[in-house]
Amino acid sequence: MGYRAKFEVWRGDSSGEGALQPFDVDVEEGEVVLDIVHRLQATQAGDLAVRWNCKAGKCGSCSAEVNGRPRLMCMTRMSTFEENETITITPLRTFPVIRDLVTDVDFNYVKAREVPSFAPPEGVAPGEYRMSQVDVDRPQEFRKCIECYLCQNTCHVVRDHEDNKPEFAGPRYLMRIAELDMHPLDVRNRKEDAQEEHGLGYCNITKCCTEVCPEHIKITDNALIPMKERVVDRKYDPLVWLGKKIFKREELEQREATGQRSLDDAGPENGSPLPADSIGPVGS
Amino acid sequence: MTTTAHDPGAPSAENPGRADIRARTLRRDRWWLAPLVNALGLATFVVYATIRSFWGSAYYVPEYHYLSPFYSPCFSASCVPGSSHFGTFLPEFPAWLPLALLSLPFLLGFRVTCYYYRKSYYRAFWASPPACAVAEPHGKYTGETRFPLILQNAHRYFFYMAFLISLINTYDMVVAFQSDAPDGSGRFGIGLGNVILLVNVIGLWLYTLSCHSCRHITGGRLKHFSKHPVRYRIWTGVSALNTRHMLFAWITIGTLILTDLYIMLVASGTISDLRIVN
Amino acid sequence: MADTSTPDVVHHTYDVLVIGAGGAGLRAAIEARMRGKRVAILSKSLFGKAHTVMAEGGIAASMGNANPRDNWEVHYRDTMRGGKFLNNWRMAELHAKEAPQRVWELETYGALFDRTPEGKISQRNFGGHQFPRLAHVGDRTGLELIRTLQQKIVSLQQEDHARTGDYESDLKVFHEFTVTELFKEGDRIAGAFGYRRPTGEYLCFHAPAVVLATGGIGKSFKVTSNSWEYTGDGHALALRAGARLINMEFVQFHPTGMVWPPSVKGILVTESVRGDGGVLKNSEGERFMFRYIPDVFREQYATSEDEGDRWYDDADNNRRPPELLPRDEVARAINNEVKEGRGSPAGGVYLDIASRRTTEFIRKRLPSMYHQFKELADVDITTEPMEVGPTCHYVMGGVEVDPDTASTVVPGLFAAGEVAGGMHGSNRLGGNSLSDLLVFGCRAGAGAADYLDGLAGVPAVTDEAVDAALAESEKPFSVRGEENAYTLHQELQQTMNDLVGIIRRADEMEMALKRLAELRDRIPRVGVTGGRAYNPGWHLAMDLRNMLVVSQCIAMAALERQESRGGHTRDDYPAMDENWRRELLNCSLVEGPEGPQVELAHQPQPAMRSDLFDLFELDELKKYYTGDELGGHRADQGV
Repeated sequence: MGYRAKFEVWRGDSSGEGALQPFDVDVEEGEVVLDIVHRLQATQAGDLAVRWNCKAGKCGSCSAEVNGRPRLMCMTRMSTFEENETITITPLRTFPVIRDLVTDVDFNYVKAREVPSFAPPEGVAPGEYRMSQVDVDRPQEFRKCIECYLCQNTCHVVRDHEDNKPEFAGPRYLMRIAELDMHPLDVRNRKEDAQEEHGLGYCNITKCCTEVCPEHIKITDNALIPMKERVVDRKYDPLVWLGKKIFKREELEQREATGQRSLDDAGPENGSPLPADSIGPVGS
Repeated sequence: MTTTAHDPGAPSAENPGRADIRARTLRRDRWWLAPLVNALGLATFVVYATIRSFWGSAYYVPEYHYLSPFYSPCFSASCVPGSSHFGTFLPEFPAWLPLALLSLPFLLGFRVTCYYYRKSYYRAFWASPPACAVAEPHGKYTGETRFPLILQNAHRYFFYMAFLISLINTYDMVVAFQSDAPDGSGRFGIGLGNVILLVNVIGLWLYTLSCHSCRHITGGRLKHFSKHPVRYRIWTGVSALNTRHMLFAWITIGTLILTDLYIMLVASGTISDLRIVN
Repeated sequence: MADTSTPDVVHHTYDVLVIGAGGAGLRAAIEARMRGKRVAILSKSLFGKAHTVMAEGGIAASMGNANPRDNWEVHYRDTMRGGKFLNNWRMAELHAKEAPQRVWELETYGALFDRTPEGKISQRNFGGHQFPRLAHVGDRTGLELIRTLQQKIVSLQQEDHARTGDYESDLKVFHEFTVTELFKEGDRIAGAFGYRRPTGEYLCFHAPAVVLATGGIGKSFKVTSNSWEYTGDGHALALRAGARLINMEFVQFHPTGMVWPPSVKGILVTESVRGDGGVLKNSEGERFMFRYIPDVFREQYATSEDEGDRWYDDADNNRRPPELLPRDEVARAINNEVKEGRGSPAGGVYLDIASRRTTEFIRKRLPSMYHQFKELADVDITTEPMEVGPTCHYVMGGVEVDPDTASTVVPGLFAAGEVAGGMHGSNRLGGNSLSDLLVFGCRAGAGAADYLDGLAGVPAVTDEAVDAALAESEKPFSVRGEENAYTLHQELQQTMNDLVGIIRRADEMEMALKRLAELRDRIPRVGVTGGRAYNPGWHLAMDLRNMLVVSQCIAMAALERQESRGGHTRDDYPAMDENWRRELLNCSLVEGPEGPQVELAHQPQPAMRSDLFDLFELDELKKYYTGDELGGHRADQGV
């Protein structure tokens, strides 16, 4: 049941220059695109660069574009193609290429660092955390994210506009903000920052992030739009603003829920209790 | 390489180090089909709705109390007698003003700022982007960060208004079950028009209640569902509807056109209402 | 294209190097950084992609949320039983005692576990655990663990940024970086050498403490649930640095890996499928596990299907179904069913949850499994049974460490997680891996920090050592290669799979050692094409020598141990032998006439502390211990 398939694989280096290289390669039953790339490595192109880890759709390493569509190569079955079809594999377009199918995804790590971390409630000891399943359901959906960066790659805000990269965190990290904002015990207010620091306003909800998500996370409907609505609460809703002025309601709700101080407070730093000067190289 | 046309696929100082792939997209499927169908669908509705809103006649069937949703509520003294279910506290309108002046802007605004329609028309009309992994033709993009698109954030106010208007449409629908008897008195009656009005109102409610803003207001804004069990249940219901928001958006485009068209044809005497009861 | 000029080496100085960015590595880095050390994390793949994400079932910790009768003593007993009493008792004790604290700590980093109705962390059943004990998030617990630790690292970096203006001033991740050599001055660790995979750039790290957290060795086997990273780097680095490996003969074959389609053969099917009600059936539709309950477990497991089924709802009054026996037992049973002709078409057996649980239940509890089978095999597990078979999953053996500090015999060298040996004895219980990572990752970070605090002077890396390491890495480029790295790798995997696999025989292992010796001669002749930048052929050539030396250790130890115990099953010595319980086998590298050679030695198993010994009933101990060892038991002292 094996057959010989035609492939075109983009090969090039960090200058960005390169071209599609044609290959004829055997395909066996039940294989995925990544299997074929591995066969190319083992038989025809020993130095063909490809990033992969688990080969089971759990680590999010083997992201590439197959026939122009952002996909995990390990989750793209060969049976979804015609036998006479030429299959084109190219690296993610939004990030600088390192070699062949491998791109430099550091943009995402930079953005990850810009999102303030979980701010735990003060005075709640480890082991004393209590959360209801209905409250963790929402952020748990977002924590299914395997960080394959297909959404970051597909989002036209940065894919088509390199100049937006500094201002825009991308769907994955806007979703991270939503996750923390919906975390039942996080005490930091993240709404204004989402809009002002992380570029939520750039999102025009055209849903490509949701379309390409291999984990089927409803990024747009469950994270980005709810986050936009939460921003409206804080920034664009005169009624809510007025209500807050008069009743200080939201803060009460927050305090009652987490045993916490003001919602506007950034929350405690959550790291080592060490004074700054105790950090340094040994023997210095 | 010329620099006159913006070519986002090409490497340049703007895209340092990206793979040099010049094609706008390598997709081979019919990615252009969805934006095309969307553009045609939306354009049809806009054209039809504009023409009918300014038409100014054939929107009310007096004997069966059928009122077109494009003319509800009708507050002007220019309204056909009987069509004003809530009185005519506005003066006569000149012919170029739509009679449903108080509701149409909100209904339009509700749909223009709707999270689903935004996706649809950004893709279909703005090509921003035309489809996933297909380069958009614009050189610059700021999304919804500044005027005018920052006004999209007003969606929830349009939702509040649309909610009220849906109540009015519901009232219109209920009133239409009373038809005029030959002696001029009112009596219960059902015609095909009633069925159409009912289907339309159900569609409008589904569309309105499945709105993302509604989902947020009813429960989405809460941090702790566990402390608000009733709102959590409402949110769960709205969320279930919300997953079909797109479907309801298109269904109601269909039912609105159908409802208005049917009433127009009956009101103008082109066809007569198919009566089922009285 | 190969660049023939001598490349530059860039130098960095840190207090602690953590090699590996899985659960153990990240936890060690966090601990060392919180104790004021400057830390670098060297990770072979991207930050956050470590193999830990593959762990599905959960983290074993006796928090007692699901059953208040659970406590560390019960967990300790389960762990020792699972390992057939070959575990290092002190490691098992620390592990059982500290696991709950390590799990609760994760919540303060932002982890979101599934909850009980009271809002506590929900705990699920797993093979070999007496009570529901595994903290979990659906079936993606490993992902949650790695993401939580990754985000804690980011949080610490944000603190550093606030203080110094640089996110990476005190805690830096060098990802996609392969360590090829450790440096020593005298007997003490001085640093490490390696290359950046994307660019081929060489880096030399000057650091007096190194924590190995490189995971396992699965890529030496053909059918494995492990990813490409699992090439035994840490095991090999430790050997070359002068440390010893123990228990290398114990390799765990997970009973349920996918067997179809061929390209995904070996990918894991979580044990939670069985914990949540799934049963194993052969081609005749028989629940065959009832025929495979060994005597040592006879009292703890149900003998009828009815009792087994009742246990899911009433665990206190019924015994658990035999599908939840420790992994080695289940793997052997499946192996036997297939061998005797009652296997499925693709050479496995059936794992059926579809006929036993509702669609909603399956999709809620096992979302990734549903997803995995749907997308990879086009099988809907809510309506059809899965086909499963054993797959190489975990190595119990590893670097010998001091339980309390995770230090090896080489001063400055620490090891934690799968790369460390001893904790799991001859067989690891499901869920004990993630807790192992956290408990001993934390201890290794603390151990490294304490070591530095007591260190008089910083050992120096010599130029000669750097040059030698550089030359070693450059070698494949200058070899006129008649050997292909991919081909040699396949031969190595086939050899280990066929000859040192789940059931072992002396003649086969002797054959394996012969083939490994041949491979040892061929590996230096591997040449690579292309440059240093992201060249997978080169990367594999570098990893091959690690896989080889580890494979030799496994085969030699397996040949030596003439009994069957846990993850080591001998066809020619099918019984467990209590005399072998007292023996540990260790491997080290000694300089021979043809370069360094693996040497095998025996060492005695340390005796369990008496209060821990007394946690067991004498009757149970009699199954594992020789008569003269039982003298110290409480029952024996006429209390």
